[in-house]
Amino acid sequence: MKNIRHILVKELKSYFIAPIAYIVIAIFLLITGWFFFSTFFLYNQASLRNFFGLLPLIFSFIIPAVTMRLFSEEINIGSYEILMTLPLTFTEVIVGKFLAAVAFVMIMLLPTLSYTITIAMLGKLDLGPIIGGYIGAILLGALFSAIGLLASALTRNQIIAFIIGMSVCFALTLIDKMLFFLPESLLGVMENIGADFHFQNIAKGIIDSRDILYFVSASFVALYAGNLVMQGKK
Amino acid sequence: MIKVENLTKHYGEICAVNDIGFEIHKGEILGLLGPNGAGKTTFMRILTCYLNPTAGTIQVKDFNIKDHPLEIKQMMGYLPENAPLYPDMLVYDYLQYIADIRQLDKATKLLRINQLAGTCAIREVMHQPIGELSKGYKQRVGLAQAMMGDPEILVLDEPTSGLDPNQIIEIREIIKKIGKEKTIILSTHILSEAEATCDRVVIINKGKIVADSNIEDLKQSLGKESVIILAFRNTDFAAVQKVLSQVAGVAAVEKNDSNEGVLAVNVTCKTRDDIRNQIYAAIKKQDWQLLEFYQQIRSLENIFRELTKEN
Repeated sequence: MKNIRHILVKELKSYFIAPIAYIVIAIFLLITGWFFFSTFFLYNQASLRNFFGLLPLIFSFIIPAVTMRLFSEEINIGSYEILMTLPLTFTEVIVGKFLAAVAFVMIMLLPTLSYTITIAMLGKLDLGPIIGGYIGAILLGALFSAIGLLASALTRNQIIAFIIGMSVCFALTLIDKMLFFLPESLLGVMENIGADFHFQNIAKGIIDSRDILYFVSASFVALYAGNLVMQGKK
Repeated sequence: MIKVENLTKHYGEICAVNDIGFEIHKGEILGLLGPNGAGKTTFMRILTCYLNPTAGTIQVKDFNIKDHPLEIKQMMGYLPENAPLYPDMLVYDYLQYIADIRQLDKATKLLRINQLAGTCAIREVMHQPIGELSKGYKQRVGLAQAMMGDPEILVLDEPTSGLDPNQIIEIREIIKKIGKEKTIILSTHILSEAEATCDRVVIINKGKIVADSNIEDLKQSLGKESVIILAFRNTDFAAVQKVLSQVAGVAAVEKNDSNEGVLAVNVTCKTRDDIRNQIYAAIKKQDWQLLEFYQQIRSLENIFRELTKEN
């Protein structure tokens, strides 16, 4: 448990030592801010629905950019060899790095609370979808971090890790919008595989255990696969 | 302390380590020698539980690498080749991170970092990013990292590769100093390094052990033949060969080189007895201009070349 904390702190610090954190956060705020506020006044509604509607798509390429270095960089510079010969288990390493990525997503979301405050000043805000939206955003961020981490463990090239991670995250985001291509019998299953579908459910302010279970179990599967990839390197 | 048994490692078709077995005793400085690609690094990676062997095992004290990797990692410090450290981190932060993972408490941690800063002479770079350090300093930070948990066993993969002569001497001094208390396994292909620092050497070639003994014994056992180097001016090789072949104890007389009127000859002796007197007596009787006359001391270099040469 202590080791997980040490890895988490180290990884989180690394984000902020290198300019990557500042660049990613700036891009994230710029994109979300632009897309959200450019249509906000047209709707004339005090809600963050549009912001949360866009979030899965933006997360699909922002989060793989955050996670791409977690293993790829270590494998590439060789520090992975020192890491793996320290008295640590695979689980500690992967969970530590995963939690660092989730913590980073949370830090990245923090400035967007200012949107909530601004809108609350403009009109009457329904808090349910806001709280649901942020819980959903963290769960979605966790799932995409787990996928990004798995992609990062697969290769020593950060760009390849980014592309793999982004492709999978995009697929999970868009899958429920592509259902018209599929036979009817598969609709239910494919809809439930989509991350956006579950996220939008939570973002409505309805916290359903099925949606929570989806995010938890899908993140677990990705992390477990990452663990297997690391063991395969031995 | 460490027992290697029938260790084999395959990378697909390639056999990097081929059924090797030996023991490493407590307090020993063992040099692992071999040409590039001989399997030294693979062996070290298996020993440090970074890689799994294809077959065989390593027993460290009462622990087996397969069943107790954590216990083994706990008592081992490892410095991989080229000291791969995090370039963005400050030296001090990095050492603190390693100390945390090694579960040192706060007081011990500070004491240990301070102590290692002195031992490895990195005090002046403690607050610099690792990426900005010279190779020598990086290597020393790597060494400090390996020693952080006060491990019983230190595994160093080519600790002096790429360093300048002064840095090599400094690192060697550090290794010797630590070697008084700890078991050290270091790999190198610089033979003078093994000669200068190690108690015992294991020579590996193509994944197999070709020699395992202390350096003096190795020189003795393989030094059955000695070579005397001679050089003459304006002398005919056939005449030299004829005269010297008749000296008792000479196995062969070979032309080594001949240019600008200087003839270099290698005389291989059958025995380890010194026959320089007899050879000199034979030369004295002739009207030859002798330029050079010396016995080649069998260095580790020659032995290494002999043991690891093709076929």
